[in-house]
Amino acid sequence: MSRISLHVNGKTQVVDVDPDCPLLYVLRDDLTLNNPRFGCGLGQCGACTVIVDNHPVHSCKFAVGRAEGKQIVTLEGMGTPEQPHPLQTAFIEEQSFQCGYCLNGWVMAAKALLDENSDPSDEEICAAFSHLICRCGSHMRIFAAVRRAAGMMKERA
Amino acid sequence: MARNPSLTRRQFIQGAGGLVVGFSLADAAVLPRLLASGSPGATAGVPSPDQLDSWLRIEPSGSVSVFTDKVDVGMGVETAFAQIIAEELDLTTTRVHVVMGDTSETPDQGGTGGSTAISLGARPLRNAAATARYLLLQMASHRLGAPVADLQVTDGVVHLASHPSGGVSYGDLVGSKELNAVLKVTGHGFSVNVASLAKPKDPKDYTIVGRPVPRVDLPPKLFGQFPFTCDVRVPGMLHGRVIRPPAVGATVEKVNEDSVRWIPGYVKTVSRGGFVGVVAQTEWAAIRAARALKVSWSGPAPVFPAQNDLYNYMSSAAPKSSRVITSEGDVSAALSRAAKTVDAVYRWPFQSHATMGSGCAVADVHPDGVTTVWTGIQKPHELRKGIAGWLRVPPDRVRVIWVEDAGSYGRPGYADVAADAVLLSQAVGRPVRVQWTRADMTAWGTKGPAYLCEFSGALDSGGTVTALNCVSRVFSGSEISAFANSAGNLLAAQLTGVPNTTGHDEYAGYGDQSVSYNFENVHSVSHVVAAFHPLASPLRTTHLRDPEGPAVSFSVESFIDELAAAAGADPIEFRVKHNTHPRVRAVLAAAAELAKWDHRPSPQKTSGDLAVGRGVALCTRHGTYVATIAEVEVDRRSGAIRVRRFVCAHDCGLIINPDGLRGVILANLVQSLSRAVKEEVIFDRHTVTSDDWHSYPVVRSTEVPGQIDIVLLDHPEIPSGGAGEPSTRPTAAAIANAVFDATGVRLREVPMTPARVKAALAAARA
Repeated sequence: MSRISLHVNGKTQVVDVDPDCPLLYVLRDDLTLNNPRFGCGLGQCGACTVIVDNHPVHSCKFAVGRAEGKQIVTLEGMGTPEQPHPLQTAFIEEQSFQCGYCLNGWVMAAKALLDENSDPSDEEICAAFSHLICRCGSHMRIFAAVRRAAGMMKERA
Repeated sequence: MARNPSLTRRQFIQGAGGLVVGFSLADAAVLPRLLASGSPGATAGVPSPDQLDSWLRIEPSGSVSVFTDKVDVGMGVETAFAQIIAEELDLTTTRVHVVMGDTSETPDQGGTGGSTAISLGARPLRNAAATARYLLLQMASHRLGAPVADLQVTDGVVHLASHPSGGVSYGDLVGSKELNAVLKVTGHGFSVNVASLAKPKDPKDYTIVGRPVPRVDLPPKLFGQFPFTCDVRVPGMLHGRVIRPPAVGATVEKVNEDSVRWIPGYVKTVSRGGFVGVVAQTEWAAIRAARALKVSWSGPAPVFPAQNDLYNYMSSAAPKSSRVITSEGDVSAALSRAAKTVDAVYRWPFQSHATMGSGCAVADVHPDGVTTVWTGIQKPHELRKGIAGWLRVPPDRVRVIWVEDAGSYGRPGYADVAADAVLLSQAVGRPVRVQWTRADMTAWGTKGPAYLCEFSGALDSGGTVTALNCVSRVFSGSEISAFANSAGNLLAAQLTGVPNTTGHDEYAGYGDQSVSYNFENVHSVSHVVAAFHPLASPLRTTHLRDPEGPAVSFSVESFIDELAAAAGADPIEFRVKHNTHPRVRAVLAAAAELAKWDHRPSPQKTSGDLAVGRGVALCTRHGTYVATIAEVEVDRRSGAIRVRRFVCAHDCGLIINPDGLRGVILANLVQSLSRAVKEEVIFDRHTVTSDDWHSYPVVRSTEVPGQIDIVLLDHPEIPSGGAGEPSTRPTAAAIANAVFDATGVRLREVPMTPARVKAALAAARA
């Protein structure tokens, strides 16, 4: 076990964990940040996605020791009902999801995409999400929400 | 912790402050849902359906709580229920709180399934609400000194129609009392209903039902405030993982606990028969222990055939049982005098629920048998019976609390992971949370059954079908009953040797899970193939979304297309000719119009590397009618099928929420595309080898249709028929028919993978 200092959603928190433990379990069980969710533990589905230093990573495969000193953003750090991130607004307006278990991965990956490319084409949107799974099949409205969010962010800029 | 079985439901809800779920109770959006989860460990009897207060309660604030066994598996049922209740009570939907799936809080409605949440499940809620409105108006009449006929309700305030500003609210009328009305109960399980003391509203007067009300669960989900099953945490909880046998029928010969004792946080290994699990203080310790544990297993003989021998096995094995689904006229005679006959065989593989969450549950089993289980299962009351039977305790010792999990699509392994948690909790005397791995779900979860179907059809010289013969062979979709109400239904129990006593033979074929056409002579028989292994098999079969519907309809709607082609007829006109049902004809016409259907026989056989075509398929299912048109391109070089566009016409009678319904249909079309072109459970002679998203692939973002257009045919005058599943049914046949139109090549086996398409194209050239 070692004491590891994590910068999550703008706050610094110290946890006493095995540095080899995947970040997912530390976020969920030690910091009660529940939105990165376990989907496969294999880096194949994206339900556990968090952003580490501006890059989306699969927290189920990312050792917590590697996260020390880096800026971590989870869905909890995106926005609030009072001050929503445009993606949250867009996903709600498009009524994008069925069960929404996978939602965390799509929202975090969409944030990473739009932070890098504010005006993605339909092909770029599809390609940016090819590492994610939505088992219910909500893709059509997810894509619509990403396009809507991109438009909202452009208007704001 | 409070364990007072005499607590009333109201006290449960008020006394739930000690509940620990990994979410802040301060969040108002989540509060009702969490309060509904009650206090851990406490048990009570099942609310009686003959009490109005079991279904509905007016809170002092004037908001309304309704209690239902129907749960929302991600399709918006919670919102639809809120609309139905708000409509009857003249409230805004945000003032309706829907409490779902807690065996101590919600009357037994047989659980959720069969696309019946709205069609059957909402009936007692609607009648309870109409009764409550009647009683509230009586009370208001007394309070305001005015006859009921002079009263009106505006958002839960009863006032004189002539004085909209005064009046008295529902909350003031009821105070903290209960409504205390007794209702007449009819039916049981899915069909349980109560008689209303007053007539519910006429659908033509609806102002809330039929509107696109936004889903109530999506904002908390988007803002990260929504607890799923995996987020439940209770005091003193430990973490469990399971280790499955390497082969069907393998039992433990030796477990070397020394191999894991060194792991910090390790607590215990539990080994019984073929069941092995580990318990630890943390998830990471449980994962490490599950990986490191040295287990010696017995080496049983193989029980599965080779994968490529599956359909030969199904056609040659002696049927376990058989049933004639439909028989009219004389098929043999009609076939012998036909102008033209057509024969075809269709194949549909085992498929996996492969839920997005891999399965999670928390169980707290006390030495006296008092047990609480938190689970995402669709049928909490049924699991309660199953767990109680397994633990050999009276059912009132067991409380099952549903917490939404990832979309379940029937009976996935959720009941089984709950059983794992029960077994481990009982062994360690502490609450245990079990998180399954992806392999636990995909490889060892229940499966949708494989299906094989042979057709012969006869046409007369005028292109009319004169006979249809259908012989199907299928593994039972209820080998594992979707109602997990017996111990032997549960994998952990089966692994310890408990026999499966509640499975039954479920048949599948033309006339059952398909459209029935007006054929003069028809014979349809279904044979159930016995399971390869009676106990704890990873190919044990159960309900997967629209049980057997996509498989049967793939065969039937493909064969109808083959008959149409043989008759030289347009596929839509051919269906219309053989089906006079006005709602069938209406969905076909609506889909054709929206798709700008090009009326001509198939195939058109376009040339070039990308062949393009269109196909149609139909579904009728318990009062719902769907026509789906697929426009596809087939890459002759790679064999890949790409759906450019789906057009879906959908008639499910009264629509509660058109936007919610569109969302369900959009997702169903994509999921059923996935099942049609990607999904097949792979196995070797000993076990299932599809154990992750690579070995059990589903569609990804680059593979979804370019466009989906939906037309909803609303019939407020016809009761809702259910929409959860029907739109998954026609997809595979619509795609296969479109591929035939594009290439002239008929695909008769699902999944229609690039390799199969290429092989079929090559065979057609040879």
